[in-house]
Amino acid sequence: MGAMKEFVKSLFLTELFKGMSLTGRYFFARKITVQYPEEKTPQGFRFRGLHALRRYPNGEERCISCKLCEAVCPALAITIEGEQREDGSRRTTRYDIDLTKCIFCGFCEEACPVDAIVETHIFEYHGETRGDLHYTKQMLLANGDRYEPVIAKNRALDAPYR
Amino acid sequence: MMEAQLLQFLQSQLGTQWSLVEPVWPLLWSLMKIVAILAPVVAAVAYLPYFERKVIAYMHVRIGPNRVGPAGLLQPIADALKLVFKEIIVPTQASKVLYVLGPIMALAPALIAWAVIPFDAGLVLADIDAGVLYLLAVSSLGVYGIIISGWASNSKYAFMGAMRATAQMISYEVSMGMALIVVLMISNTLNLSEIVAGQGRGMFAEMGIGILSWNWLPLLPMFFVYLVSGVAETNRSPFDVVEGESEIVAGHMVEYSGMAFALFFLAEYANMILVSAAVSILFLGGWLSPVGFLPDGIWWLIAKISVLLFLFLWLRATFPRYRYDQIMRLGWKVFLPLCFVWIIVVAIWMLTPFNIWQ
Repeated sequence: MGAMKEFVKSLFLTELFKGMSLTGRYFFARKITVQYPEEKTPQGFRFRGLHALRRYPNGEERCISCKLCEAVCPALAITIEGEQREDGSRRTTRYDIDLTKCIFCGFCEEACPVDAIVETHIFEYHGETRGDLHYTKQMLLANGDRYEPVIAKNRALDAPYR
Repeated sequence: MMEAQLLQFLQSQLGTQWSLVEPVWPLLWSLMKIVAILAPVVAAVAYLPYFERKVIAYMHVRIGPNRVGPAGLLQPIADALKLVFKEIIVPTQASKVLYVLGPIMALAPALIAWAVIPFDAGLVLADIDAGVLYLLAVSSLGVYGIIISGWASNSKYAFMGAMRATAQMISYEVSMGMALIVVLMISNTLNLSEIVAGQGRGMFAEMGIGILSWNWLPLLPMFFVYLVSGVAETNRSPFDVVEGESEIVAGHMVEYSGMAFALFFLAEYANMILVSAAVSILFLGGWLSPVGFLPDGIWWLIAKISVLLFLFLWLRATFPRYRYDQIMRLGWKVFLPLCFVWIIVVAIWMLTPFNIWQ
C-alpha cells in the first residue's frame, strides 16, 4: 500500500505541485523588504556602533587610562598611552581605535569602570582611506560630545538590567 | 498584401529613382520583416531578466530591483550599459577566432529559429513545410556555441563545463525530438502553421471550448516531457548544473567577460522565449483562442508564451538544483522510455475507431 501511494505520488508529481503552490502563495504575500535609505529597521538601546569617549557633565573626560579596554580587546584594536597630569590624576595622552580591526563586540564598553568608552547607535560612517577609520582620542571625544544626549539616554534605558 | 501597398507607396514616392531600389527590393523587404520579428524578441530578451528578478524576488517575499527608473524598469538598460563598457578579456592561450565565435554561435540559433514561428494565420517569415525539422535542427546548433566556447577558452574548467552542458543538452534533445514525433504523427504535417490549425479542429473546438482540443490534453505526458526537456535544454533551473553558480562558476562561460558573457546570457533568455513559443505552438494551440466566443489572434500566442515564461521563473524560484546523475537519469531512463511507450500508444490509438485526429 505504501509503495502504491509512493508511486501515485511520484506519477502525479504531488510534491512538485505542493512546492509550487507554496511559492505561488508567497508571490502574493506582503513584502517585508525594508527600503534602507528611506526606511530603517528599529534599533535597540544596546546597539553597538561607532565608538565614543564620554565626558563628565563638568567637561572633564571620564577615561582614567586604566587600559582595561586595551587589555580586553580581542582584536587588539585599541592603543592607549597615559601619564599623570599636573593635578595628579591619570589621563590618556593617546587613545586610538583602529575601526578596521574592531569587531564591535562591546567588551571595551563592558570593561570600562567609568563608562568612558561606549559604542553608540551610529553605524552609517565610512572612510575613503584606511587611515580615515583610525579614530584618535580627539575624534572619539568629539563623537562623545556630539551624541551625548542619545548615549546618556541609552545608558539609562539599559541600567535596570545591570 | 502589406507588401503590395508598401511597394505602391514607395514607387509613387521615389518616382524614377525606384529603378535603383527595385533590384534589392526582395532583400530589403526580407530585412524589414526580420527586424519586425527580432526587435520585439530582443526587447523581450532584455526585459526577461528584469521580470525574472522581480518574480523570484516576490516569491522570496522581497521587492526586487526598484531603484533604476520607475519600479526599476530601466534596470536592463543599466545592466546592458555596464556590460558593454566592461573589457572583454581574451585569455592568452585562447583560440581567438573560436573564442569570439562561441557566444555568437550560442545566440544566433536562438534568433534564427524565429523564422519559422507562426505568429498568426499567415503571419510567418518563412512558411516552410519542414518547419518542425528546421526548428529542431537550429535549436540543436546552440550546442556548438557551448562546445566551441568551452574548447576555445583553453581552460580545463571551461572545457569540463562545456562537456557537462553538451551532454545535458544532447540528452534532452533526444526526448524533445521523440515528443515531437508524437505531435507530428497526429498532425500529419511538418508545417508549424498547419500544426496549429490542426489543433483548432475537432469535437471540442466545434463546441466552442478550443482549449480542450489542443494537443496538450490528448498528449499530456508528451506535453510534460517536452516542457521539462525544454527547461533542461535551455539550462534553466532546476537543471542549471551548466551554470551552477553555487557549485561551479558558470561552466563554459567562466573565461568570458563583458559583452561576450552578455551574449551567453542573452542566448539563454532568447532560448527560453523560443522554447515557450515552441511549446505554445506545438501543444497549446499557438494563436488559437481557448474559447469560441473570443477571436483568435497573435495576442493569444503572446499570452501563452508569457504564461510559460512565468512558469519557467516559478520553477526556478521553487526547486533545488538536480544532481548531474539525476538529470541524466531523468532524461534517459524516464523521459525517453515514456516517449517510446507513448509513440506506440498513440500509433495504436490512431488505428482504432476512437481516433480523434481524422
